[in-house]
Amino acid sequence: STMHVPTAAPKPNIFAGLSDVSISGDIPVEGEINVPVGTPIQDKEYSTLDEPVKDTILRDLKAVGKKFVHVMYPKKSSALLRDWDLWGPLLLCVTLALMLQGGSVNSKEDGGPQFAEVFVIIWFGSVIITLNSKLLGGTISFFQSLCVLGYCIMPLTVAMVVCRLVLLGGSWRFSFIVRLIVVTASFSWSTFASTAFLADYQPPNRKALVVYPVFLFYFVIGWMILTV
Amino acid sequence: MAANSDFLLTFQEFDSSESHLGGNGDATTISIEDTGAGSHKPQKQRRSAPVTSFEEDNDPLANDDKTELLSGQKRSSPFWTFEYYQTFFDVETHQVRERILGSLLPWPGRNFVHLYIRNNPDLYGPFWICATLVFVIAICGNISDFLVDLGKPQNKYVPEFRKVTIAATAIYSYAWLVPLALWGLLVWRNSKVMNIVSYSFLEIVCVYGYSLAVYIPAVVLWLLPYEAVRWFSIVVALCLSGSILVLTFWPAVRDDQPRVAIAIMTAIMALHILLAFGCKAYFFSTLEDEHTAVDAVVGHGTKSSPTMKMHRTNTMS
Repeated sequence: STMHVPTAAPKPNIFAGLSDVSISGDIPVEGEINVPVGTPIQDKEYSTLDEPVKDTILRDLKAVGKKFVHVMYPKKSSALLRDWDLWGPLLLCVTLALMLQGGSVNSKEDGGPQFAEVFVIIWFGSVIITLNSKLLGGTISFFQSLCVLGYCIMPLTVAMVVCRLVLLGGSWRFSFIVRLIVVTASFSWSTFASTAFLADYQPPNRKALVVYPVFLFYFVIGWMILTV
Repeated sequence: MAANSDFLLTFQEFDSSESHLGGNGDATTISIEDTGAGSHKPQKQRRSAPVTSFEEDNDPLANDDKTELLSGQKRSSPFWTFEYYQTFFDVETHQVRERILGSLLPWPGRNFVHLYIRNNPDLYGPFWICATLVFVIAICGNISDFLVDLGKPQNKYVPEFRKVTIAATAIYSYAWLVPLALWGLLVWRNSKVMNIVSYSFLEIVCVYGYSLAVYIPAVVLWLLPYEAVRWFSIVVALCLSGSILVLTFWPAVRDDQPRVAIAIMTAIMALHILLAFGCKAYFFSTLEDEHTAVDAVVGHGTKSSPTMKMHRTNTMS
C-alpha cells in the first residue's frame, strides 16, 4: 500500500490578510493638475518690457512719491515696508548732502561737512542703527529698515530747504529762532514717523533701546542742518 | 532655634549657603539658563531685596566659579554667526537704565560688575554711551566756541566737523583699547599671583563704557560760561566715574604686591583724568576768550551781517 505523504505541507499563509486587498481602479486621487499657462505670463512680461521708458520711470516715481506721502502722514501702514526701495533714500541723501556742503572754495577754514561726509554719516548711521535693531532681536529685514530710515529723512530735507530760504533774508537773530523751531519740529517728526513704522517689529521690552539711536541719528542730522 | 531651621527648610539650598557666608545677597543668584528672558527675572527679584552688611572677600569667592562656568555656557554659537553677537545685546530697557543709574551713584562696597553686570555684559551700553558722548562733546564744543565768538564783529561760524572724528577716535579708543590693555595686564598678574576676583574682557568694557555715562551731563554743564560751574562739574564727574573704576578694580589687584596694585590703580585714574581734561582743553575755549567776548558784546551791541557768516579765530590753549 502506498503511503500518502502529504507532498506539500500547508504553507503558512503569510499573505493571508492581503488576499482581501484588491486595488480597484477608482481610488480617488487628490491633487491639482496645472497646465502651465504660458502665453498670458509671457504677455505680461512683454507688456513691461515693451512699454515706453517714460512709463517705467513714472511708475517708479509714483511708488517713491506714494512713500513720501506715507512719511508725511505716518499711519500704521505696511506699504512702506512691503515694497521697500532705496531710490527715495538715495534721492534725499544726495539732496541733503548737496545742500549741506559747506563753505566756499576760497575759504581757508572750510568747516562745513563735505558731500562725502554727509553721505557717509547718513548711510553708515542707518546701517549701524539697523544692525543695532537686529542685534536686539528685531524682526525687520535689513533693507526694509534702511528704507524706512532713509525715507524718514524727508522732513529734515524740507526743513533744510526752509532754512536756506529763511537765511536769505531777515535779521540773523530772528532767522536763527525760526530755523531752530523748524529744525526741532522736523527732527521730532522724523523720529516719530520712523518709530511708527518700526515699532511693531521690535521686542516689547527693548523698544526704547531701539528708538534712542534713531533719535540720536536724526538729532545729529538736524544739528548739521541748523548750523550750516 | 526652631524658627531658624524652618527658615532654612523653607528656603532653597543656595539661600542657606548665602546666610552661611554672610555674603552679598546677590552673589548666588546666578540662574543656569541659556535663554535670555528667563535669566533676568530672578536677578531683578534679588536686587530688590535689601542689601545688608556683607564681606567683600566672601562675595567673589562664591561668585567666581559660577561666573566662569556660565560665561562659557552662554556663548555657544561660533563667532562667525549672527547669533553669537546677539548674545551681547541681550539686555532690556530697564536693565540698561539700572546700569546707567548704578554707574552714576557709586557706593563703597558695591561692586558695579557684580551688582549690575551679573555675567551678562552687553555691548549696547558702552557703544551707544560712547556715541552719545562723542556727539555731545562735538556739539557742546561747537556751541561754546560759538558763544565765545558771539560778540566779535566779522565772526565766521564754522561748524568744524573734523572735530567729530577726533572726538570719536579719542573716546572710542579710550573705551575699548584701555580695557583691552587692562584685561591683558590683569590676566598676566593673575598668572603670577592668585587673584580671587577676575573679570572678563567684556565686563571691563562694560565698566568703562557705563562709567563714561556721567560725563554726558557734565559736558552739557560745560556750556555755562562760569568757570566755577565748569570746574565743579568736571571734578564731580571725575570723582563719580573714577570711584566706579576704583571700586571695581581694587578687589582685583589688592592681593597683588602693594606696589603693583598701587601702580595699576594710579594708571587707571591717570588715564581717566587725562581723558577728561584733554577733552575739556581741546573742545572748549578757555574763559579768557569769553571775557573779551562779553566786553565786545557790551561795547558793540548786536550785529547782523548780510552774508550770515562769521569768522572765527582759532583760540585753543
